[in-house]
Amino acid sequence: MTAILETRGLSRNFGGLKAVTDVDFTLEAGEIRAVIGPNGAGKTTFVGLISGRVAPSAGTILFEGADISHLPAFRRVRLGIAYTFQITSIYAKLTVAENVDLASHQRGTTDTRSCLEQVGLGDRASQVAGTLAYGHQRLLEVAMGLALRPKLLILDEPTQGLSDGEIDNFIELVRTLSKRATVLLIEHNMPVVMSLAHRITVLDRGSILAEGTPEAIRANPAVQAAYLGTADA
Amino acid sequence: MTARIVLLHLAVLLLLFALQFIASDYVILTLTRIMVLAVYASGYNLLFGYSGLLSLGHAMFFATGLYAAAIGTTRAGLSVPEAFLAATLIGVVVSSIMGVIVLRARGVGFMIVTLMFSQAAFLTVLYFGDYTRGDEGIVILDTIRIFSFLGRTIDLTDPLLRYNLALALLAILVALILVLVRSRFGHVLVAIRENEDRTAMLGYDVARYKFIAFVISGTLSAVSGATYALMFAYAGSTLASIQYSIHPLLWTLLGGASTTLGPMLGTGVMFLLVDFASGFTNVSLLITGAVLIALVLFFPKGILGSIRQRYLKWLP
Repeated sequence: MTAILETRGLSRNFGGLKAVTDVDFTLEAGEIRAVIGPNGAGKTTFVGLISGRVAPSAGTILFEGADISHLPAFRRVRLGIAYTFQITSIYAKLTVAENVDLASHQRGTTDTRSCLEQVGLGDRASQVAGTLAYGHQRLLEVAMGLALRPKLLILDEPTQGLSDGEIDNFIELVRTLSKRATVLLIEHNMPVVMSLAHRITVLDRGSILAEGTPEAIRANPAVQAAYLGTADA
Repeated sequence: MTARIVLLHLAVLLLLFALQFIASDYVILTLTRIMVLAVYASGYNLLFGYSGLLSLGHAMFFATGLYAAAIGTTRAGLSVPEAFLAATLIGVVVSSIMGVIVLRARGVGFMIVTLMFSQAAFLTVLYFGDYTRGDEGIVILDTIRIFSFLGRTIDLTDPLLRYNLALALLAILVALILVLVRSRFGHVLVAIRENEDRTAMLGYDVARYKFIAFVISGTLSAVSGATYALMFAYAGSTLASIQYSIHPLLWTLLGGASTTLGPMLGTGVMFLLVDFASGFTNVSLLITGAVLIALVLFFPKGILGSIRQRYLKWLP
């Protein structure tokens, strides 16, 4: 397996606050990787650094072997890094199809139809996006990500606010997607993480606390301590 | 759908063409003025209505065209067509330079920075009073405004010729705006207005799109300014003042922001209002202010914006 993404000594400070500190991280092509950690562990900042929404204070980011540390976000998208927002960020006044068109046109493709069908929104193409149910808006986000034909798809808490039934469908969807793109998943919902991720990276206070298979992470005492607090704390 | 849109715009232009055969001299003059300023308003709308960038300083671009044309003809010895062309090019240059600077600011910052630069431009006009003749303004003599072009004599003192030239300019502008806003470029501008972050994360170079929209908008304002100076033979500092930055905003809001015909309609309606009001008061600015407040409170989408929302969803 080859690394699609690598970070070396990646750090970001906000004033005195160290959101991400000295992270060495490697993502293999084709895998589904989950990044978990308690609130404030630096997960969103970490993927922000990868997608280019946040500039690094130090360190380098390599994508397919090339240094992208200082590329603006839109160039990284063109290289194949797609990011779906934690807080749903769609064009509420445009139709569902127009939303996805903006993504596919940027790639010079006409994938809109098939992307909508893949996420199950095929019959809602002409609906105004803002009138979609919340779960469907999340799916629209994913469809926009798909239309970018990413090599790396970053999903920032995609199941937040979804119902159990919707979550089951979502897990299936991500499995299908992962055949074509590497998936980096930030997720709070442990059943989702455990059933999807090949490997899990645990962030705590801006650093990598542990990394391994779901079983190994579940059994890791340091992870349990970070999440639940230690007996003597 | 598309045919309907093209027909509507053609109908508006034809109506304006037909009006010259029945309108009085006064109406002809007013309509000419409205059409020239509608170019300004439409250029403003491209930036404000479609791209979501509220500039409070477009008078600097209007004045750029205005003074380039006026000084070009009266001091640099340019003919009218040469001065028009030069003013357009200077418009491109000035709006490019300003774009690089002011687009670094966003939101309220953008409004303040554009306002600041525009006030600086206004003071510059007054400071170089030797060239611009300040308040008093530059008058372009009729001898300059009657010229030969491509073997024909053009007489810009002829009201009907002026009317038709303004109409031709407006027709070109309408076609340009229509093509622009219905193109992918236009769709991306709207996307930036609706959600800038998302648009960047779809791989669009947001800064470049905003810059291009800014330069087109500034240049159209300069074209309008140059036409104004050459047609009405006058360039004065009032036309560079903050009033002339607020006017296109008001016209656009009144007619309907992000509609193709709204700015034109808004310009016309506002002229009628001020004209009507000046019959019994000499504080036309008060009317302007009252209309602006009423619009924001009760009619935020403007005339065509409201019509589009309620009845004609296809209106571009």
